[in-house]
Amino acid sequence: MTAESKPAVGLFATCLADLFRPTVAFAAARLLRAAGCTVTVPLAQTCCGQPAYNSGDAHSARCIAKRVVEVFSPYDFTVAPSGSCAAMIREHYPALLGDDPGLREKSQTLARRTYELTSFLADVRDFTAVDAAFNCAVTYHDSCAGLRECGIRRQPRRLLQQVRGLTLREMADSDVCCGFGGTFCVKYPDISARMAGDKAHAVAQSGADAVLGGDLGCLLNIAGCIKRSGGGARVFHVAEVLAGLAGAAIGEGEGEGEGGGAK
Amino acid sequence: MKAAAQNNFPHRVQTALGNEALQRALGRARTGFQNNRRRAVNQVAEFQRMRSAAREIKNHTLAHLDFYLEQFADAVRANGGQVHWARTAGEARDTVAGICSAGGGGKKIAKGKTMVAEEIELNPALEKAGHEVTETDLGEYIVQLAGEAPSHIIAPAVHKTRGEVLELFARHHGAKKRGGDTAAIVAEARQVLREKFTGADIGITGANFLIAETGAIVLVTNEGNGDLCSCLPPVHIVTAAIEKVLPTLEDLALFLRLLGRSATGQEISNYTTLYAGAKREADTDGPREFHLVLLDNGRSAMLGGEFRDMLRCIRCGACLNHCPVYGSIGGHAYDAVYSGPMGAVLTPLSAGLRVARDLPNACTLNGRCREVCPVDIPLPDLLRKHRMREFEQKLGGARGRLALALWAFFALRPRLYQAAAGALLYLLKKTAGRRGALRKFPLAGGWTQSRDLPAPEGKTFLRRWAQGER
Ligand code: SF4
Repeated sequence: MTAESKPAVGLFATCLADLFRPTVAFAAARLLRAAGCTVTVPLAQTCCGQPAYNSGDAHSARCIAKRVVEVFSPYDFTVAPSGSCAAMIREHYPALLGDDPGLREKSQTLARRTYELTSFLADVRDFTAVDAAFNCAVTYHDSCAGLRECGIRRQPRRLLQQVRGLTLREMADSDVCCGFGGTFCVKYPDISARMAGDKAHAVAQSGADAVLGGDLGCLLNIAGCIKRSGGGARVFHVAEVLAGLAGAAIGEGEGEGEGGGAK
Repeated sequence: MKAAAQNNFPHRVQTALGNEALQRALGRARTGFQNNRRRAVNQVAEFQRMRSAAREIKNHTLAHLDFYLEQFADAVRANGGQVHWARTAGEARDTVAGICSAGGGGKKIAKGKTMVAEEIELNPALEKAGHEVTETDLGEYIVQLAGEAPSHIIAPAVHKTRGEVLELFARHHGAKKRGGDTAAIVAEARQVLREKFTGADIGITGANFLIAETGAIVLVTNEGNGDLCSCLPPVHIVTAAIEKVLPTLEDLALFLRLLGRSATGQEISNYTTLYAGAKREADTDGPREFHLVLLDNGRSAMLGGEFRDMLRCIRCGACLNHCPVYGSIGGHAYDAVYSGPMGAVLTPLSAGLRVARDLPNACTLNGRCREVCPVDIPLPDLLRKHRMREFEQKLGGARGRLALALWAFFALRPRLYQAAAGALLYLLKKTAGRRGALRKFPLAGGWTQSRDLPAPEGKTFLRRWAQGER
């Protein structure tokens, strides 16, 4: 690609955004376009296969990984609004497909070209044209795979600094797991609930009006926990806020807390 | 032994979560350990380089373990010590009991902290043989009085609050007037234990490292109790596992720096002692007899397999201290000698995956353990390997397998997947109505028992995108 030509990005929507929160994927697409990319959404995508992989079903994970490699290989970059799915492709596909001579190199290439959304915007595109307002004190949850497998910590914060009206109030233990853990949260609901409760407590202690994060799994978990305990901070995916698409928060019904966070 | 009870993991979890004293103790310990480690690690600019160096030294040593063990054993013998190889826990137990019972029962034994002795279930065997065993590490002493097992590899009584310890002491030491602070607890224990040290016939300790080039046994403690166990009694027995060996004293220097900082956030632990065998003629003190029991217990089998990385472990406890699951349920819920992330890797290997299958699964794979591990053990990857073996051997529930198979079937067929997703979303949305979250939904009990399920927006993203929405 030349300096002027736009990089072609294949948007990996992630299964959770596809199912529960399309706004996150629309926000990602909008941000990627604003960052000078052409965005394609391959309709043959489903999931990255992590649920199978982490449940020990290597065979299913490998079959799904193969498909993802095929579907996303044509693009200059693959971007996902999730550190967890991006880490699956970046860190685990090469190991999973390493014994397959036909796919070894392809999976390594895809791994190199795959990014989580905020790290792609900040690190690869050096994106400084965020055009959004969010009159809110927010706190940020560092999801585990994004933080430890993709090195995401300052990128979302750097982008959020550009949002008008937004202030960041760090919570204690922002880097501690919220207890989602994929199938863990339904296999061991008691432990998961304790961890989510600790997270909700840290959010409340921070005094922030909203908690943001880069992984929908964690956000559904945190939102569900806050809701069950009677409310508190609103929950958004960071992409929604950056794209100016933060309407109803995760878990918020019609007529509840409207106003795009403008309190 | 402990195997059968492993099946009760969910029950033990509930008990632990409902135990307020335990939760208080865990919360305090977690904060303390984490803050201390962070401070100590941040003081050293080259900490990450030290970690990689330590990993490489361990890998090298493990690759030549037979050589270094021979070298070490020869050096120990040259120093006047006796070396006993034990393939299994039973062999090790019998060896130690045999040494203790030489010349009759009724020995007084002072014991320093050793996880290997826990692993081989030494105390009950010694007591059965008619000996009196006293734990001399304060934490170990507390759990011994309580009739419990240690709940943490470096802080055995971390699950106890100060109030519980005071109560325990009152019961066992007779009613004394005591101040309630930690200093008073320590002073009281010290007074009781002093007599045990001076009156002991035999001292038993573990070892943190074994140095191949000199035959030195390295013991690291914060209370100095290990030194009293090893120097005062006429017989000193060391129980150590074979992976503790390091090639040289220079290697040791690196590991001591890593261990103190990772474990308790100290630059170096209070007492670090190198022992080289029995008292020689010119020595003024030291044990008359020195025995080293080297335990394998499955370790050489691990060397050739996919869990080899685990043999780098130096038992620092950092992975326990930073594990949010351990921090929620404590060590006893694992019902095993080793708990936390390292225990969840080790226990299925010793007790069998069938009985310990919950342990590698009760983890979010958040990776914090690996991040703090001073020898960079890929703990989450090892836990995942257990899950793969579990899946291959069909040890998990049929329901979970079916759900996974069903999901994978759809995930590989995008059109069907979208159709099924559409139907599911329709149901969810319809149930939710105008509400933003559901309190209950069929088959989602695992989720909704403790949190609401945020309702989906409506149609899938791919559907809307395909229809031209941007
Ligand atoms: S696995 Fe690593 S962090 Fe855990 S006890 Fe062993 S050396 Fe320490």
